[in-house]
Amino acid sequence: MKVTIDGIPVEVEPGTSILNAARQIGGDVVPPAMCYYSKLQGSGGKCRTCLVKVSKGSEKDPRPMPKLVASCRTTVMDGMEVQNLTSPEVIEARKGVVEMLLINHPLDCPICDQAGECDLQNLGFEHGAAKTRYEFDRRTFHKIDIGDKIQLHMTRCILCYRCVFTADQITDHRIHGILNRGDHSEISTYIQAAVDNDFSGNVIDVCPVGALTDKTFRFKNRVWFTKPVEAHRDCDHEKCNGKVTLWYKGEDVLRVTARKDVYGEVEEFICNTCRFDKKKTSDWVIEGPRKVANWSVQSANHYEMLHPLPVVKTNPLLQEANKEQFERETRL
Amino acid sequence: MGRKLLLEHINVPGINTFDVYRKKGGYASVEKALKTLTPDAIVEEVKKSGLRGRGGAGFPTGMKWSFLAKPEGVARYLVCNADESEPGTFKDRFLMTYIPHLLIEGMIVSSFALGANTSYIYVRGEMMPQIRILERAIAEAKNAGFLGKNILGTGYDLELYVQPGGGAYICGEETALLESLEGKRGNPRIKPPFPAIAGLYGCPTVVNNVESIAAVVPIINEGGDEYAKIGIGRSTGTKLISAGGNVKKPGVYEIDLGLSCEEFLYSDEYCGGIANGKRLKAVVAGGSSVPIVPANLFLKTINNEPRLMSYESLADGGFVSGTMMGSGGFIAFDEDQCIVRNTWNFTRFYHHESCGQCSPCREGTGWMEKVLHRLEYGHGKMSDMDLLVDVSKKIEGNTICPLGDAAAWPVASAIRHFRDEFEWHVTHASEATTRNYGLAHYADPLPKKEETAA
Repeated sequence: MKVTIDGIPVEVEPGTSILNAARQIGGDVVPPAMCYYSKLQGSGGKCRTCLVKVSKGSEKDPRPMPKLVASCRTTVMDGMEVQNLTSPEVIEARKGVVEMLLINHPLDCPICDQAGECDLQNLGFEHGAAKTRYEFDRRTFHKIDIGDKIQLHMTRCILCYRCVFTADQITDHRIHGILNRGDHSEISTYIQAAVDNDFSGNVIDVCPVGALTDKTFRFKNRVWFTKPVEAHRDCDHEKCNGKVTLWYKGEDVLRVTARKDVYGEVEEFICNTCRFDKKKTSDWVIEGPRKVANWSVQSANHYEMLHPLPVVKTNPLLQEANKEQFERETRL
Repeated sequence: MGRKLLLEHINVPGINTFDVYRKKGGYASVEKALKTLTPDAIVEEVKKSGLRGRGGAGFPTGMKWSFLAKPEGVARYLVCNADESEPGTFKDRFLMTYIPHLLIEGMIVSSFALGANTSYIYVRGEMMPQIRILERAIAEAKNAGFLGKNILGTGYDLELYVQPGGGAYICGEETALLESLEGKRGNPRIKPPFPAIAGLYGCPTVVNNVESIAAVVPIINEGGDEYAKIGIGRSTGTKLISAGGNVKKPGVYEIDLGLSCEEFLYSDEYCGGIANGKRLKAVVAGGSSVPIVPANLFLKTINNEPRLMSYESLADGGFVSGTMMGSGGFIAFDEDQCIVRNTWNFTRFYHHESCGQCSPCREGTGWMEKVLHRLEYGHGKMSDMDLLVDVSKKIEGNTICPLGDAAAWPVASAIRHFRDEFEWHVTHASEATTRNYGLAHYADPLPKKEETAA
């Protein structure tokens, strides 16, 4: 099927969503997505950040669609023409969505543990207005632990439902979900229940904001001060392939996450053993430094030619070879 | 005097029982449909009748039925949407309470037409009396052989169940209703797929309003062509209107579509005019979600012709000047009513009832409510009106389901038509909380009764 997005044609398989067709083109024509997650069935359509205008339905029926549509949940038709950044209507609607999302999400990026890895931060920067018109009190919640390794701070939650889908689809039993209705909705667990199954840590990875965070990493460092390294291990969990990203500070592995693609979605979900219990370099087979896009704040201090890796600081030969880098790191 | 197709026997004592209903000709359509008509012929009759969905959207019922997928070996369902809970709308409740067998008769005929062997009446959870009434009526119909196995010896089986709803307004949205019926949280589904393709339990499903299903009975009894003769243009048949607000005679009325708005409001057969000799200030014609219109625009079109109670006439001019037939929840406001307070009240409802799935509705309804609250209580600003219009635009059309539109329209229309009343609340902040803003120039062009007499 041939689809045109912002004037750029692309051939895709039938059943492809507009968003995924745009992702095949890449670049600026890709609508942002806060709730859609390609690895989770049924996700998407809720945050409304990916709204686009269908200016031509298909070759057979060229009528435009009357309303903006969620590109993540609308499948393409042959000959469809879509406007994303070229539609002022879309830009305006998206600006409105960002404003709505930020009503109950504090802009405290400087102290939020998700800073540097926050999709909403990027969305607000690229599509939001410079200031809000909302003048009322925001809702606030106490932080709660939903398991010994995961902390939930509902104040930052944008109710994207990703964690609910994750728990529903990749864990043995879901014990958390959405309570209440409207802007009183909140993520919660069954009374006194803990999210502690083998794959529960993945809810941290899918959270696009700082609502669900890794207690073993929280506030230990800023993401741009760490060095991401691709690694793997022979994991004995049948559903986990053990491919991860290790986040180093010096010789210490501060956290382990699943590997994420260019859209911030994990390539494979990983088990809690890999995520929380394997934090020694010796647990892993190092593959090499992770490539970080240069537009991301994570790219600060990251260089593809970075040698030695932080883990080899104790190797005198490599230290000598990279004296300048070593001295700079020691100084920092 | 309009024809009474649905409420013809409403005043017959005991009409809510099977025996009396049957004596009055009840269940004749079932006999006719099951014994003499094919399912496709029934769908054709409904198409011919021009019946439009009475739940609010006004989509042609026959066309909706013809969209139903019919894959081999897959169950099909008919679900009656009896989750009526729009402020100002109470006609389905009335029908279920006083003439429940009409609905059951319509369900049997409609289910047969759609090839459904299991059907549900999804009733709002709070309506326990109606649930009991329907359950009793179903039991009566089953004992008489109109439900269950081999109905009237025709070989057609139908099980009909009453399902109490989740008690949330959003459960009246057809896909949220299906979610709730499946035992899940009542959140709307993202369409497509539409229920006609994948509805209840993933099977093809038709969801129809109580009144739509009840209207199938006279359509089959008298024929689609006869039904289509009633009404005007594409608004055929009769319509139940629940009249409330400041009318003299609130209640449920059956009107021929095409009746003039003036006659409906002022004639003694229907609302009987505005209570206490007051003047009409504004009207919500089809339930709280439709745009509010000032009296003069309700009674006359922009071309100064009489406005009619029909889908087309009420929507004349669309969002600019007209309103909608909606679910038929008619609310009249007299000259003493405060539009700001009323708008805040409606918005408070939509804020409370938003399911919270999509961001514009979840956050926007609350935002609008807070701004309206401060306007009503004398803390508003002149810029608030523009803000409200802008926020309503950000919600409208950008949400998963129509609840966002339902929340946005009352606000946008109230500011469009009554902006000076909102401004008065800002400039007379101290008075706003204690006095209403009665504006003579909003009053309808018709004289008061006493003035006529003089």
